[in-house]
Amino acid sequence: MGLKQNLHKLKEKYKGTKMAPAFNALHTFLYTPNETTHSGSHVRAADDLKRTMNTVIMALIPCLIFGIFNAGYQHYAAIDNTLRLDPLGNFFTWDNFILGAWTVLPLVIVSYGVGLLVEFIFAVIKGHEVEEGYLVTGMLVPLIVPIDIPLWMLAVAVIFGVVIGKEVFGGTGMNILNPALTIRAFLFFAYPTWMSGDKVWVHGAKEMAGQPDAISGETILGSLAQNHEPIYSIWDSFWGFIPGSVGETSTFLILIGALFLIFTKIGSWRIMLSAVLGALAMGLIFNGVVDAGWIKDGSSFYGLMSETFWHHLVIGGLAFGIVYMATDPVTASQTNKGKWIYGFLIGFISVLIRVFNPAYPEGVMLAILLMNVFAPTIDHYVVRGNIKKRMKRLKAKTA
Amino acid sequence: MGLLSKKDSKLILDPLADNNPITIQVLGICSALAITAQLKASIVMAISVVFVLGVGNVVISLMRNIIPSKIRIIVQLVVVAALVIIVDQVLKAFAYELSKELSVFIGLIITNCIIMGRFEAFALGNGPWRSFLDGIGNAAGYGVILIIVGFFRELLGSGTLLGFKVLGDPISKTGLYALGYENNGFMLLSPMALIVIGIIIWVQRSRNKELIEE
Repeated sequence: MGLKQNLHKLKEKYKGTKMAPAFNALHTFLYTPNETTHSGSHVRAADDLKRTMNTVIMALIPCLIFGIFNAGYQHYAAIDNTLRLDPLGNFFTWDNFILGAWTVLPLVIVSYGVGLLVEFIFAVIKGHEVEEGYLVTGMLVPLIVPIDIPLWMLAVAVIFGVVIGKEVFGGTGMNILNPALTIRAFLFFAYPTWMSGDKVWVHGAKEMAGQPDAISGETILGSLAQNHEPIYSIWDSFWGFIPGSVGETSTFLILIGALFLIFTKIGSWRIMLSAVLGALAMGLIFNGVVDAGWIKDGSSFYGLMSETFWHHLVIGGLAFGIVYMATDPVTASQTNKGKWIYGFLIGFISVLIRVFNPAYPEGVMLAILLMNVFAPTIDHYVVRGNIKKRMKRLKAKTA
Repeated sequence: MGLLSKKDSKLILDPLADNNPITIQVLGICSALAITAQLKASIVMAISVVFVLGVGNVVISLMRNIIPSKIRIIVQLVVVAALVIIVDQVLKAFAYELSKELSVFIGLIITNCIIMGRFEAFALGNGPWRSFLDGIGNAAGYGVILIIVGFFRELLGSGTLLGFKVLGDPISKTGLYALGYENNGFMLLSPMALIVIGIIIWVQRSRNKELIEE
């Protein structure tokens, strides 16, 4: 008797008891459910919630694998700078993979383990089915945290994010804020020394700080915020051979993920495109300010403001946030016109925060959370505007 | 409760739980967010409000038949202001450091909605003894929540309680800190106070389903 039959049996056994949702979840995660609807008419489509989630996870897998290699590469390259002369040749090595897997996989395991545990507990207490909402969040979380974040901090943040960010609003589909970003924001405000600065982005940098062989892992944004010339070229940044949060460094792979999401119609191209336009617009404004001579070399904003406008797209987590988190169908605007406004403001505000607040070099997290809050308002006015327009048309017709 | 009749003891006990000014009536939230980062400040604030509301209720209740109803708000403000100034002066005289820490928030007791609310809703229509009990009860209900929030925020945010390093020393890495524990800086920010109050409300309502409104 296979696992499938065993699960069927277990399910029958626990039917109607408190633990039923837990078994149902396990069962439907592994196999197609064995029951079908009997009454009424239903839309039958292949892309249910689970399929949608799995598609996003597929789009994230390249970033995860790249992140694993990058974790090892950044560690060894920080010790031996000559590795950086030939990034591609020194990147896909076993050493990098083993060290990376050793540091990244625990993050993935803790994120999924703790998050799903919370979901299971809530499902059992409230007596509803376990929802798939955490599948994508659980994959996003390890990709957007610094490599050396202590696992217990991640666990605390995941509990907070899932309970306060999602369950109190009623679970999957009801949340106002993106849960993955809620988790990151919690970590950011609770443990700032582990989430910012130049010692957290490379494995081992924090432990070795102050020793003779100390290694520095300053990110491009960090360098620019302090008016230093970054040591990485813009191509390094595009391919992703730079320090940063685990899985967000490679703009190239994010671009592939974006195309995949657009092609499968899971991610909204309107949000992605308008966010890119928003970021470019803000970048151009800042470039213009510098060109006009209003900001001089000595100003603390000079480094970031004078950065060529399109560079903002490839440095930092902007691209990752736009593609994988701004497009979250639950927390984004629902109307097409709303999506343009929502996306544009995300890009616009991200660069704004990035430049003006050196304490929060990664503005995209705060920008998305802010726009998450405003998304329903944007929708409300778009819908109202639409109704008004139609009323006018109706009046013109009948008059 | 031999001292108090059943009806009177209800006046004190109700606001402590099922009719709590903060968690049920959602009054006095601003000060609960502002001063609860330290347990000590929460306790002082709680005691101050107990004094102001207890005495104020009695004064208003005694004067309730001679206050012209058109200017009653002004009269109430004068009474609260006088009491708050007494508290402020006492703190400045005997606990100067603390009074500096609480700074403007003692003065802002005047604007605490619980106080005006109890004057209006209770003291203007009841005798001094019952008003006194009502004042003490409501202020204590407010204080209890303040102290609970202050307890968790100081413990998790600074790792101390009333200034004592109960979790060990974060700098020399003793106690919990030796295991890699770190203080949660988010706890010291006001948003977290709101979330803690939210969790208290959540716990309270899931224990007593009658409190859940439609």
